[in-house]
Amino acid sequence: MKTYDSIQLPPQQDTHDPHRRKALGCLAAWTGAAVVWTVAGGIPRALGATSDGKTAAAAPNALTFVQISDTHIGFKKDANPDVVGSLRRAIADIRALPQAPAFVVHTGDVSHLSKAEEFGQARELLQELKVDRVHTVPGEHDTIDNGLEGYLKFFDHDGKGRGWYSFDQGGVHFVGLTNTLNFKMGTMTSLGDEQLAWLKTDLAGVSHSTPVVVLAHIPMWTVWEPWGWGTADAAQALALLRPFGSVTVLNGHIHQVLQKVEGNVALHTAMSLAYPLPTPGQAGIGEPGPLKVPAGELGKLLGTRQLNLVRGRRELALIDRPLERG
Amino acid sequence: MCNSISRSLTRRGGSVLFLAAVFSIAFVAPSLIAATAPAPTIEITKFTFAPKEITVAPGTKIVWTNSDEVPHTVTARDKSVDSKALDTGDKFEHTFTEEGDFQYFCTVHPFMTGVVHIRKH
Repeated sequence: MKTYDSIQLPPQQDTHDPHRRKALGCLAAWTGAAVVWTVAGGIPRALGATSDGKTAAAAPNALTFVQISDTHIGFKKDANPDVVGSLRRAIADIRALPQAPAFVVHTGDVSHLSKAEEFGQARELLQELKVDRVHTVPGEHDTIDNGLEGYLKFFDHDGKGRGWYSFDQGGVHFVGLTNTLNFKMGTMTSLGDEQLAWLKTDLAGVSHSTPVVVLAHIPMWTVWEPWGWGTADAAQALALLRPFGSVTVLNGHIHQVLQKVEGNVALHTAMSLAYPLPTPGQAGIGEPGPLKVPAGELGKLLGTRQLNLVRGRRELALIDRPLERG
Repeated sequence: MCNSISRSLTRRGGSVLFLAAVFSIAFVAPSLIAATAPAPTIEITKFTFAPKEITVAPGTKIVWTNSDEVPHTVTARDKSVDSKALDTGDKFEHTFTEEGDFQYFCTVHPFMTGVVHIRKH
């Protein structure tokens, strides 16, 4: 069995059972499997797995976009001495998709040390994607020393000088959030009152039948509090999102695929393009530091995610695709 | 009989350990509080500050060294002191002039915390 095709499900298989969803989520997390999900009314249902790492053709009226995350441009340590090469490999994969994505989203940690040269190099590399737009949200590595100041010089999406924004495309409302500015000693990060107030105002003008996709770097649910893998005030944001029929939250930060479903809200973390991190609370590992894996294994643990949204059906399909599929 | 000998040895062993501990404290403590001694070093390793807690005299300079592969910061709880990002091998030093407790953390990983006690005695 190959790494990426370890789950085979017939299309009609019922996966609404929460225990089964949890099991599938765990399998996906452990194997980096490429699973095709659809989300109808926010409840994911496995359609089937890609057996060859390729993408099934999307419906003609589908909105297709790609999520990448945690490129950590500037990282040069043993866990991945060539993060630029990893990003370029991902870019080649994305450009080879049978249907060009409408845009690419990057869920944070674009840079490793918030350095201007890292942001500049990242922006140049991302231009090689040849897509109309690359929407980013900042990670904590992008806001280390001077908050958003360095990041916004390269990635100020709406020119308003802040990290959060929204836009509409293909009948979907997209929201980019920043949850890396409110670090307090001994606590998890938070969105903060100003951003929550903005989110409330932003969503007030959106019909509840409109699918909503939220981007944020750190998971919007508590994956593992001892490592700060969560957002302290995420519940307030999710309360604002819960009335919507279909909400998909895309996160990065933990460098592995995990998912959680709460009613109409599906939350997904993504693989990194830099280095793998341990699983939450992994035995024998006390800290969330870069994992060094045997040669040939790294590419199986890094990857991209393609998302398809079919207009009118409120369906959303996710395909997690490792860089190394052989 | 055997039990008695065993207990006696255990007690003696315990006493030796206790004395060793006293000697260690007596030997190490002056070097930490003397302003003229080499600057105490706190190593940042495996996402912890080691030692997590330290007591020094006013005027002591402390040096932090990041030994992890990811960046960390040394940042006061109230942000009044901030090392900026420390990459692997980078050092940060700060001299504490007044008595008090300096509580600090890493802004990249706020679950990493430490404290420096500054005491005259």
